[in-house]
Amino acid sequence: MANIISDETMEYVGILAKLELSEDEKEQAKSDMGKMLDYIDKLNELDTTDVEPMSHVFPVNNVFREDVVTNGDDRDNILKNAPGVKEGAFKVPKTVE
Amino acid sequence: MAKQYETVIGLEVHVELATKTKIFCGCSTEFGGAPNTHTCPVCTGMPGSLPVLNKQVVEYAIAVGLATNCSITQYCKFDRKNYFYPDNPQNYQISQLYLPICRNGGVEIDTPAGKKVIGIHEIHMEEDAGKLIHDEWEDCSLVDFNRSGVPLIEIVSEPDMRSAEEVIAYLDKLRLIIQYLGASDCKLNEGSMRADVNLSVREVGAKEFGTRTEMKNLNSFKAIARAIEGERARQIELLEEGKTVIQETRRWDDNKEYSYAMRSKEDAQDYRYFPDPDLVPIVISDEWIARIKAAQPELRTEKLERYKKEFDIPEYDAEILTSSKKMADLFEATTELCNKPKKVSNWLMVETLRLMKENDMEAEDLSFSPENLAKLIELVDAGTINSSVAKEVFEAVFKEDVDPDKYVEEKGLKAVNDEGALRATIEEVIANNPQSVEDYRNGKEKAIGFLVGQTMKAMQGKANPGMVNKILKELL
Amino acid sequence: MGLMNLTAVELGKKIKAKEVTVKEAVEAAIVQIEKHEDTLNCYVTVDKEGALKKAEEIQKLIDDGILTGPLAGVPVAIKDNMCTKDMLTTCSSKILSNFVPTYTAEAVVNLEKAGAVILGKTNMDEFAMGSTTETSAYGETKNPWNTAHVPGGSSGGSCAAVAAEECSYALGSDTGGSIRQPSSFCGVTGIKPTYGTVSRYGLIAYGSSLDQIGPVAKDVTDCATILEAISSYDPKDSTSVKREDYDFTSALVDDVKGLKIGIPKAYFGEGLDADVKKVILDAAKVLEEKGAIVEEFDLGLVDYAIPAYYVIAAAEASSNLSRFDGVKYGYRTKDYEGLHNMYKKTRSEGFGAEVKRRIMLGSFVLSSGYYDAYYLKALRTKALIKKEFDKAFEKYDVILGPAAPTTAPKLGESLSDPIKMYLGDIYTISVNLAGLPGITVPAGEDNKGLPIGLQLIGDCFKEKNIIRAAYSFEQTRNYKRPGMIED
Repeated sequence: MANIISDETMEYVGILAKLELSEDEKEQAKSDMGKMLDYIDKLNELDTTDVEPMSHVFPVNNVFREDVVTNGDDRDNILKNAPGVKEGAFKVPKTVE
Repeated sequence: MAKQYETVIGLEVHVELATKTKIFCGCSTEFGGAPNTHTCPVCTGMPGSLPVLNKQVVEYAIAVGLATNCSITQYCKFDRKNYFYPDNPQNYQISQLYLPICRNGGVEIDTPAGKKVIGIHEIHMEEDAGKLIHDEWEDCSLVDFNRSGVPLIEIVSEPDMRSAEEVIAYLDKLRLIIQYLGASDCKLNEGSMRADVNLSVREVGAKEFGTRTEMKNLNSFKAIARAIEGERARQIELLEEGKTVIQETRRWDDNKEYSYAMRSKEDAQDYRYFPDPDLVPIVISDEWIARIKAAQPELRTEKLERYKKEFDIPEYDAEILTSSKKMADLFEATTELCNKPKKVSNWLMVETLRLMKENDMEAEDLSFSPENLAKLIELVDAGTINSSVAKEVFEAVFKEDVDPDKYVEEKGLKAVNDEGALRATIEEVIANNPQSVEDYRNGKEKAIGFLVGQTMKAMQGKANPGMVNKILKELL
Repeated sequence: MGLMNLTAVELGKKIKAKEVTVKEAVEAAIVQIEKHEDTLNCYVTVDKEGALKKAEEIQKLIDDGILTGPLAGVPVAIKDNMCTKDMLTTCSSKILSNFVPTYTAEAVVNLEKAGAVILGKTNMDEFAMGSTTETSAYGETKNPWNTAHVPGGSSGGSCAAVAAEECSYALGSDTGGSIRQPSSFCGVTGIKPTYGTVSRYGLIAYGSSLDQIGPVAKDVTDCATILEAISSYDPKDSTSVKREDYDFTSALVDDVKGLKIGIPKAYFGEGLDADVKKVILDAAKVLEEKGAIVEEFDLGLVDYAIPAYYVIAAAEASSNLSRFDGVKYGYRTKDYEGLHNMYKKTRSEGFGAEVKRRIMLGSFVLSSGYYDAYYLKALRTKALIKKEFDKAFEKYDVILGPAAPTTAPKLGESLSDPIKMYLGDIYTISVNLAGLPGITVPAGEDNKGLPIGLQLIGDCFKEKNIIRAAYSFEQTRNYKRPGMIED
């Protein structure tokens, strides 16, 4: 395997993705990610110099909305699925120390 | 000799645009409102919802770019900035990194050493976050997404400023330009204009920049000035002690006048920007740019020159009148109504500024109408009220935008123009003040002032001062 | 003959002719569901009461002459990654185990306007990440042709439900083959339209630049009819394309004379099952005999599509799925200490292994220092792949090949080796990268009696070419139902 994923990399990716793996999962994930990157490295065989990265397949541009209010108060619906609600707001663990 | 340090400052200024709706959905941007009452699936990140760009946001951004001498990126895109925080419903912010809409501009500021250009690195469009309210009672935080998705432009300057004064001058300049364009009201205290300060220090003469810190949470010009002084001192102290400055984001606490590091293990500061696949590129044609340029309203400098020429207003007064769009709008609208620019200018320059200062207000907070100021000017001109009564009436106009005609009527403030009544009062004053009469007759011209005052007092201030003078002189 | 072995269009005709009531149609579907669900597990949610109530409303609109379209009153199943107002929508994930949307996906709204009655939501690979429907948090779906095998994925629930006649037709979504591959494994017909043809508004995103909703049904006529109903230009979806033609049924013509069909040589190399190869080449012969011009050609870069796809799809997914954080909807972990611990525990408990694997890969390829090497490289590769197809479509109207290298694998065989599983997408993935339309139609069986689907790929906005070719091919064979549902 050409790509060896370190514990530090896993830890870092976990912080970015907000995922916490058990020790077993971690070993498996390290090996899976290494294999997948090995496979992805196949792309390096291709010469892509001077090739523009293609985000959208079609040249669709300038899709706009007019600046007109179309939405009213939909608070009850918006809060309907929330795990925690207080005084019309989403309740979350405190964000300030 | 102690080392001499130079402060190097760059700003990231966020401005909330004055659109009616949010950047990617049809929710109102109106300020206030109960939590989450201006929200929809898009601005709360509901699964399956998709953003559609508000055209007005692009037009405002282009207008600000043109007015700050930027080049417009004619093929630009939105990128996602990925980070987890509860005020950010999708846990990514739609912003621009790779192809911001405006680049390479600059504005000129006045410094004690003369004019100086502050470079603008770029301007990009992005969405605002929601608001977090700390709930002490339950020790949790509450999220309100009413501000989520409100359009912002972020104006990133070059590190061209060297003092708090230059920073304030730059911010003031930006504010005026943007206000005149109508792209934002730029109120620092309400957060529609916010500045993050990037600051480093270096020894005078050094070529390289020092390590910079970024300070957030600055919501007034005064706080910005204090934060710059505080952070400059902190960095110099570190260097003097042989320590190093760490590149980091710090939060300015204006009460303690000190900044605190905002770092945490869980903030990797790796935003994994990539082009947002839900939004398509924006192609800005030469024609579109030309159209926006043509529609550009008169900016401050042009207005100032016009006031001097068209209305014969002195330079200093013209500067004050154009120092905020609100003031200039009031001036022009009132002048339009009464056609007496000098008098309008006088009311704004003297009484309005005095009352603003007394009440700690900014021009944007002025709420009286041009109609009522024009009426007041007419009343004075027609001699219906005298100037001291006029000041009293103006205070009422300033505070409650009262109709001066009605106010004068109701309070019985009309000047007394009835010559018979005046003559009787003056005869009485003359009889009661023989000494002053004698002084006047002996050549002491000033003595007449006392007699006028006595007459006004007897008339409860409502006499026409011109008429009083005339009759007095006659009788004496 | 039961009502459920009719095609959607046939059933629609009977309803219109008042030979069958909408309620009878819905009840017939419910009977099938109750008969087979314990074995097959095609659905995450069945809304029996809602469907029966809706049947009455639709019947009235039909009787009043308000609803006159071909799908009025016909019962449908919707893949569980499309939002349905007031109906549980889980993406087959624990993290959305209690999510009840407050709005309906645009494609489903279009179906409702056409008079569809929604039976429920079909099982899928969690967040559409998988090729077997085994990564669902609500148990795997089994293949009606042989319950020891998978139905394919990720739209496995939709395809199995159509094959098992637990609905008249279904909607699926296709990000890398998720309609075409399970259609092949289940012996049904499915279309992945040109990117931008069906609105993505309300489709819970996996890979936004690749996702498209499409129909799954018993035959080409149904699929063209359904596609006509769900396609629309939607101002709520910025990537929606304003097309000139939405009249896909006009291509239901049994005539391929002069149609130029190209067969990529690289599609018939190593890894392709011998039975699959034979069935597909026989199908090509059938079309040739009907007058099509068929020839082999070299399609470049076939082997680069999968790695490019996994970088792009994982990157987009890592960002798209970050909104599932226990704050606004869905699952939140029970015990936590502070905000970040809540995030981590919620997501680690709420997502399954495959989803976590792709989120981590996606976060990694976008992270500082790797963006150019992985993400931009993949987007450049995508540009080259698109160019290869552009070249091919200068010469051919249709590209013909298998939908998958094998027939449906046995349950439990695929998940252990992700790379092997990903390789199964080799014939479908490049179509998504290039935004092209593709259709799978049943073409035969392997020696175990498992279905084999023929894939026809068209140029962008040229659905009509593949519909015409698929329809013509279909006329040469009879629709075959899985043994378990033969009555």
